[in-house]
Amino acid sequence: MVTYQVQDVSPDMSFLEMLDLLNEDLTIKGEEPVAFDHDCREGICGMCGVVINGTAHGRGESPVPTTTCQLHMRSFEDGATIDVEPWRAGPFPVIKDLAVDRSAFDRIIQAGGFISANTGAAPEAHAAPVGKLQADRAFDAATCIGCGACVAACPNSSAMLFTAAKITHLAMLPQGQPERYSRIKTMIAVHDEEGFGGCTNIGECAEVCPKQIPFDTISQLNRDLIASLFKKDGK
Amino acid sequence: MAVTGLILIGFLLVHMYGNLKMFLGAESFDHYAEWLKGDILYPLIPSGWFIWLFRAFMVAAILLHIYSAVTLWRRAMAANPTAYAAKKKLAQTYSARTMRWGGVILAGLLIFHLAQFTVKATLVSSPATATPYDMVIAEFSIWWMVVLYGLWLVTVCMHVRHGLWSAFATLGANTSAKARTVLNGCAWAVALLLYIGFMIMPVAVLFGWIGA
Repeated sequence: MVTYQVQDVSPDMSFLEMLDLLNEDLTIKGEEPVAFDHDCREGICGMCGVVINGTAHGRGESPVPTTTCQLHMRSFEDGATIDVEPWRAGPFPVIKDLAVDRSAFDRIIQAGGFISANTGAAPEAHAAPVGKLQADRAFDAATCIGCGACVAACPNSSAMLFTAAKITHLAMLPQGQPERYSRIKTMIAVHDEEGFGGCTNIGECAEVCPKQIPFDTISQLNRDLIASLFKKDGK
Repeated sequence: MAVTGLILIGFLLVHMYGNLKMFLGAESFDHYAEWLKGDILYPLIPSGWFIWLFRAFMVAAILLHIYSAVTLWRRAMAANPTAYAAKKKLAQTYSARTMRWGGVILAGLLIFHLAQFTVKATLVSSPATATPYDMVIAEFSIWWMVVLYGLWLVTVCMHVRHGLWSAFATLGANTSAKARTVLNGCAWAVALLLYIGFMIMPVAVLFGWIGA
């Protein structure tokens, strides 16, 4: 770990703006800037993410879930030393400094986190009714932005919450039914191949999730996995 | 992991119930111990076979449980090549964090427990020819044996506290935040029931309430 001094940090700066300030300073001094991932800076894209003082995205003791870009410097004491680390997990190799390669997530999605049928234009809304509770549960799971904080926080480096979010999202909706039981098998197979650990229900993942993906989506995944032993798609 | 764990918890509950027969006196307890090794399921299977079939079943459950745990442990180690310099714990309980090393410790003490009361190789103060009742009385009249047993049960019940809820979550029962609270409550209840149920008899022996 390297220690940098950052001067003139405003409490209204976001954590990433503080890193920008550091990098401007390093560039002026002719030093190499610190690499970190970021994109929308609105908390919706899932691109940013570092472990701050031991918490993925850095919410710390605060009950408010956040992404790194939505964390502000007013959350820290003036003059404090802040530990910043990249996501540390075997399947997320560090590219440089704080930037990690999360394409393992893309490969899990490619293994079945989608709907194959080409449905054309949006159908008439009343053609396929979806119950309110089902729709809410699907939406809660669908808010996953794939930032990888769940893996970063998990003592097993498991990507179960990420995988479960997609499984639950599609399992709650009529469009997800035709491939429901093959999807779970192929996605879990790739999850394991990528080298993520297994879930032991510790619960760190849901605590750091900026989108508050419910922890119980993992039980939904397990239900579908058990059901897939007895059921086949199309029957 | 979940299925074998629940089998082992089921065994603990029955074992605890059986131990409480100590309160009914020597004849009752010895008769119960005799029955376990005797003609359960006879004449479906030859007399005396049940205990060996049951032991084989328990050993298989324990070995499969250990196999699953080692697999998960190895996968976790492979997935965690570098540790964080700073790591704050937000959700994990002490029980959840100590499942692995706690499991190793309790398995080690389980071997001592079996050597003591089943194989009778490490009996401290009673001859191997003693009746089951006299053996239990003699062993638990030693204060440090009760303390050791009490500490061992702490590791067992902590393991059960996270294990019970986790097993149900793995089997798909954690369907909502409320279900999680209920499952955790049940896990606490079973862990406390086991601790109290197992400890009440050795403590009673130590203080001379039974067997004196």
